[in-house]
Amino acid sequence: MSIIIKSSSAHEVKPSEITSESEYLNRREFIKHAGLAVGAAWAGGLSLPAAAKAADYGADFPGLIKTAYGKGESLTSFKDATTYNNFYEFGTGKKDPAVNAQNFKTDPWSITVAGEAAKTGTFHLEDILKQVQLEERIYRFRCVEAWSMVVPWVGFSLASLLKRFEPNSRAKYVEFETLYDPEQMPGQRRRVLDWPYRDGLRMDEAMHPLSFMATGLYGHHMPNQNGAPIRLVVPWKYGFKNIKSIVKITFTEHQPVCTWNVTAPNEYGFYSNVNPSVDHPRWSQKTERPLGANFWEPKTDTLLFNGYAKEVAHLYQGMDLRKYF
Amino acid sequence: MIRLEKPSVGFFKPLVFILCLMPLGLLLAGLYNDDLGPNPVESMIRTLGDWGIYFLLIGLSITPARQIFSLPWIIRYRRMIGLFAFFYVSLHFLSYIWFEQFFNVDEIINDIIKRPFITIGFICFIMLVPLVVTSTNRMQKRLKKNWGRLHKLVYLVSILAILHYFMMIKADYFMPVILLVILSFLLFYRVLTHYRKRR
Repeated sequence: MSIIIKSSSAHEVKPSEITSESEYLNRREFIKHAGLAVGAAWAGGLSLPAAAKAADYGADFPGLIKTAYGKGESLTSFKDATTYNNFYEFGTGKKDPAVNAQNFKTDPWSITVAGEAAKTGTFHLEDILKQVQLEERIYRFRCVEAWSMVVPWVGFSLASLLKRFEPNSRAKYVEFETLYDPEQMPGQRRRVLDWPYRDGLRMDEAMHPLSFMATGLYGHHMPNQNGAPIRLVVPWKYGFKNIKSIVKITFTEHQPVCTWNVTAPNEYGFYSNVNPSVDHPRWSQKTERPLGANFWEPKTDTLLFNGYAKEVAHLYQGMDLRKYF
Repeated sequence: MIRLEKPSVGFFKPLVFILCLMPLGLLLAGLYNDDLGPNPVESMIRTLGDWGIYFLLIGLSITPARQIFSLPWIIRYRRMIGLFAFFYVSLHFLSYIWFEQFFNVDEIINDIIKRPFITIGFICFIMLVPLVVTSTNRMQKRLKKNWGRLHKLVYLVSILAILHYFMMIKADYFMPVILLVILSFLLFYRVLTHYRKRR
């Protein structure tokens, strides 16, 4: 009985096909059934396919524009994407952020803009969000630790935000900074990393249409453990470049300091583009393990620029990607 | 008390044996119930490696514990604990070969040669093999004094195993530091008793 519910529902509504309103409603219906299937499957000792788990979709953004980005990708489950996180500000274990970030206060939130731009100062996130058009994009996400996921992010293009501050001609790079607040972020009470967490992009990377600022995922407001209230998503780079809980944006003339690069310069370069032919010194980057993948299956192949080579390869033309890793 | 010793060891040994299998049991139950998290392979490899080190340290605690707390009989559990250390280290290595590399021999050899932390882990595994082979009563008798000398290798294995742990960490060294503190105490105890005996 349980198997019938599970398989038939999974075939009717694939969470990877996020297009129409009707499909969205179908999915809501599917969630109810999935609940039954989860219970029954668990009782039967079966593991659910990722597709069934991915159904936990929120409705925090009414009228959200669905885009064609990532159409056909099969989504990581909401649960996996929100309980397996690297967010050292809330602990170094993968499960820590989901536990320790529960009471993290993200409202009110403001972002300070500084450096080589005409419009600098401190802006309320509320005001920033009033001026943007939120949309959903499904992106592949590849962690430097060789695991990966596929996430439907809610947000807006980074370029549309940065342009508003009118960066000047000296702005060659943009640097981002995460909140430093050891009271709220217990992970910062130990100097595991050189807090506050910082990372940055070259200006042309930041202005690339794929670069995204996310304020939500799976139709939910951004969960604290995933970098609430606002985080970066640059899908062709390793996950740690996608800095979370951003409080500061600085336009700079020189290459910004990046926390992981400072921690281990031989392991984490400034660019950190996903590249299967450039190993991490301690492990191969040729393959990756999608979260929620079947235990008995081998890892899947990692793609150059995480599969976004067509869109972004030109940014690195003539560059030795081994040297500029 | 002395009269109870023999039957109690006979009674407790199977119990301790089952207790030593518990970490594996919990892991398999977690696997079966899909309860190892979104990355079960990583979880499994790490857990098995952790238990390999824990058993090495438990094994190294037996001599200090029996002397400090006057519990001569616990020596009878040492071989079993040591063999379980090898058991978990082997499963750790096997799960790396199987689930991480899927028997891709080229990649495995490449890893062992190119990645120092894997090289060291592999050396630990190899060094444990002669200790397992010579763990029987017969071998112990045959090797006489050399048996003790050979089995001092476990000190080196433990140091390298914790080094292996240190080297795979990205930033947070809390756990290996704790293990290193424990190992330091256990080794320091031996240095101390060694010099006491000499005097």
